[in-house]
Amino acid sequence: MTYIVKPKNHHPDLEKNELGLTRRDYEGSISSLCAGCGHDSISAAILEACFELNISAHNVAKLSGIGCSSKAPAYFLNQSHGFNSVHGRMPSVATGANLANHEMLYLGISGDGDTASIGIGQFVHAARRQLNVVYVVENNGTYGLTKGQFSATNDLESKSKYGEDNLFPSIDLAAMAIQLGASFVARSFSGDKEQLVPLLKAAMKHKGFSFLDIISPCVTFNNHGTSTKSYDYIREHNESVSKPDFVPLGKEITTSYEEGQSVQVPLHDGSLISLEKLSKDFDPSNKASSLAKINKAEEEGKVLTGLLYINTESKDLKETLNVVDKPLNQLSEKDLCPGAEKLQAINKDLC
Amino acid sequence: MDTRYLFKRHNTWWVKVAVPRTLRNQLGYDLRQSLKTHNLEEAQDLRWSVIESLKEKIELTRQSPLQDHKEEETNISVETFMPVTDTTNPQYYHKVVDCQYACPSHTPVPEYIRQISQGNYTEAYMINWESNVFPGILGRTCDRPCEPACRRTRTHEKPVAICRLKRVTYDYKDDITHLLPEVPQEKTGKRLALIGAGPASLTVARDLLVLGHECILFEKDPQGGGLMRTNIPAFRLPVEVLDDEVDQIINMGIETRFNSEITSMESLLEEDFDAIFVGTGAPKGKDLSIEGRQEAENNIHIGIDWLTSIAFEHTDSIGKKVLVLGGGNTAMDCCRSSLRLGAEDVKVVVRSPFDQMKASEWEIEEAMEEHIPIFENHVPKKFLLNEGKLVGMEFEKVEAVFDEEGKRSLIPTGEDPVIFECDDVLVAIGQDNAFDWIERDIGIEFGEWDMPVVDKITFQSSHPKVFFGGDAAWGPENIIWAAAHGHQAAISIDKFFNNQDLYDRPDPTTNIVSQKMGVHEWSYDNDISQAKRFLVPHADQSISLKDIKVEVELGFDDKQAFEEAQRCLNCDVQTVFAEDLCIECDACEDICPTDCINFIDNSNEEDLRNNLRIPALNLDQDLLVSDKLIQTQRVMVKDEDVCLHCGLCAERCPTGAWDMQTYLYEEAKVY
Repeated sequence: MTYIVKPKNHHPDLEKNELGLTRRDYEGSISSLCAGCGHDSISAAILEACFELNISAHNVAKLSGIGCSSKAPAYFLNQSHGFNSVHGRMPSVATGANLANHEMLYLGISGDGDTASIGIGQFVHAARRQLNVVYVVENNGTYGLTKGQFSATNDLESKSKYGEDNLFPSIDLAAMAIQLGASFVARSFSGDKEQLVPLLKAAMKHKGFSFLDIISPCVTFNNHGTSTKSYDYIREHNESVSKPDFVPLGKEITTSYEEGQSVQVPLHDGSLISLEKLSKDFDPSNKASSLAKINKAEEEGKVLTGLLYINTESKDLKETLNVVDKPLNQLSEKDLCPGAEKLQAINKDLC
Repeated sequence: MDTRYLFKRHNTWWVKVAVPRTLRNQLGYDLRQSLKTHNLEEAQDLRWSVIESLKEKIELTRQSPLQDHKEEETNISVETFMPVTDTTNPQYYHKVVDCQYACPSHTPVPEYIRQISQGNYTEAYMINWESNVFPGILGRTCDRPCEPACRRTRTHEKPVAICRLKRVTYDYKDDITHLLPEVPQEKTGKRLALIGAGPASLTVARDLLVLGHECILFEKDPQGGGLMRTNIPAFRLPVEVLDDEVDQIINMGIETRFNSEITSMESLLEEDFDAIFVGTGAPKGKDLSIEGRQEAENNIHIGIDWLTSIAFEHTDSIGKKVLVLGGGNTAMDCCRSSLRLGAEDVKVVVRSPFDQMKASEWEIEEAMEEHIPIFENHVPKKFLLNEGKLVGMEFEKVEAVFDEEGKRSLIPTGEDPVIFECDDVLVAIGQDNAFDWIERDIGIEFGEWDMPVVDKITFQSSHPKVFFGGDAAWGPENIIWAAAHGHQAAISIDKFFNNQDLYDRPDPTTNIVSQKMGVHEWSYDNDISQAKRFLVPHADQSISLKDIKVEVELGFDDKQAFEEAQRCLNCDVQTVFAEDLCIECDACEDICPTDCINFIDNSNEEDLRNNLRIPALNLDQDLLVSDKLIQTQRVMVKDEDVCLHCGLCAERCPTGAWDMQTYLYEEAKVY
């Protein structure tokens, strides 16, 4: 909890985006999470991504469930819409909102408890249905809000702060998302914004289920010597599959790579995510290659990060269900009641 | 578990080696160094080389106690990366306190402003008195080098009204007699002659009296104060304030010889003095030799002489129409004084363009508020007389043209000459020193512009017994400079009396104390006030313009003083970073409202400045650079430029790697 009011003043040379806004204009209330929480860094990365993509805050809806992670939407994009739902039920709310108005950007913020335990059923079906949402799991392997019990993503060998053994193996949400059919799956680390911000930007531009498993150390309960989700453990064991760079529509790629060293994946609006390959035997558009890579890293005791899987061909939920293009609140009476003639025609078809 | 020499600090292993008692003055109680590892086994292996190097350091210090070993360590190749900032250098944090650093006397400004906001006016006054000697006078008349330096000019708009807060300390203080330093009854037997009773001499005397030296003060006028009395009109500086602060020092035990002008340095040197301090200022006003000057003599007055004659009540009237020549503060004082002595039409005429006038911005504003017009780009050509009496002046219109080197020349525009009618003219076009009373063959060397050669550090002339300070040393400056000179000259004179090396200057006193009280409690006020600079209330012009002794500015009341004090950003509450505690969670980088904090790969200064989140382009402001961090080998770089000292970095830091610590820097004085 922070009691100092954040001064309104900003650096006189602070950059403005195409909307004439500074990064500070995308801020939220001051965080009440513990000092040093990884979630705050993720919030900072999200607002950085929104700033750089020139997103208007009123076109964003922040949705969350329960937990430390689910408090986080209060700490960025103060001018956006938001819905803090029941524990684990964020995907349902996101589905409803999305079908009612698919023109908005939906940021689903969840945690490892909210997604991998109480809400796992909801998560599974949102991924399977290709719900068009940026689904962020702020993964710290612990139930911080209830004083540090193990969560379902805590690794088997990772003890508690008090020395207790963990009895059950962990769920790898990224691997699970790939298997379930999510079309954009990445893993990142709250302490590596150079990787995280471009991934978030690409996820926001991707159409379909964009899943980001972001390891976010809990300074209070899970940043100790035997934790596998601490700042120093992740930094020591991080293996990045590629160095992502987001290239907005109409901008040229300025970084030069050696031949065969980079892949450019076009996103739906024509922007690109450019991936500088750090690993030769890896193709992010191939499910089998991605899963094999994840398994291999796990065997080697590494934490695999970067864009793990992307499929830009798949249909999203709205296309599959053939939902009307216009947001529901913009449909007029004329759209909804096409008149007696149309009705007769339809009735005739049914005869 | 073998943990000899090892201890754990926030998960990281450290080595500690005790320092022998004899060396603790130099090295402290023990020497510590982080091993930058969380792993005990690794630490056990790593410790031996570190222990060895620490012991070597102890041994080296034992052999040559005065040698500075730091230098070798910091002298790393600056071309490839920036060295770790040495915050133990007293000037590093001092420079962060912009106002104090800019003040010639280095008054601890934020410290006294905090005292004001707590209502401790007496304490605030004494902080000032120790440092700048004349808080009541300076709070009304200082040229305020601190204010343009104020951090608020970079983060907000207008600086804190530092000068007028200084006045508040005088206006609301209690009796301070019991707080003044004691002057010993027993004297050292050393006698110092001080020439001129201005701020420089008074400062020297104050400092040296406390040490038991005898001070004999010579002054040509009947009262002390120097230019503070003669050149600053009473509507800016009331006589009571002046008398109070001047007498305070004189009453400490100065032997005064008023009305005694020194006319020969040679004969003074023959008298029984161990040293002589010259604080005679720059008492000669420049004259204007143009056509008609001789004939109109009766109605042409030299500005500073005219102000002096008002101060001693020899002059109490002036003609109805007055022209004031010159654009400095004296000109502003002359025109405003004229109004108060009965002039009805006062004009200020300046050679230069308006924006290049030498007067302080606020002095010009005050004159304009009294509806005095200022004519720029007018060069005086001749005095016009009718039947032997001055009736007007003729001016040529010019424009300022700058050459490639920025040198200005005033080129006539070719327009018709301008004629202003007048009854009296006040010439305020500059001041000179006057050293005709110092013989040139007595060992005091004179250099350019007939000024004595004075050492910039010791204030000693080429005659070892003779010291200079204030305007007498290097020409006209402000009172605050005279006070600064006085402190330094006093140090030199005391060393001279004791046959010590004058170049061996004493170090400043510094103290740095954490402000952390609890997890979220800080013992300083870190809310950033968004209030605009408060304006000082003025006396009604219908009263103030009628009487030269009515003070124009009324000063802040206690409520305004509090609000204005709240605008201070507490730049002396330093952001202190301890790299060995940092876990690189980036919380500080994310929260900093002005994007000062960066975690970045080190490089040379130029690249580093450009690679920051927001490039650090203000080269006057330093970068705080940490040592390499354990996890990523990056360094923490903080641009001091627009840091608000709000403390959010420390508040959001989970390990206390950031701390807010109040830094008190006190310039060395002789006592």
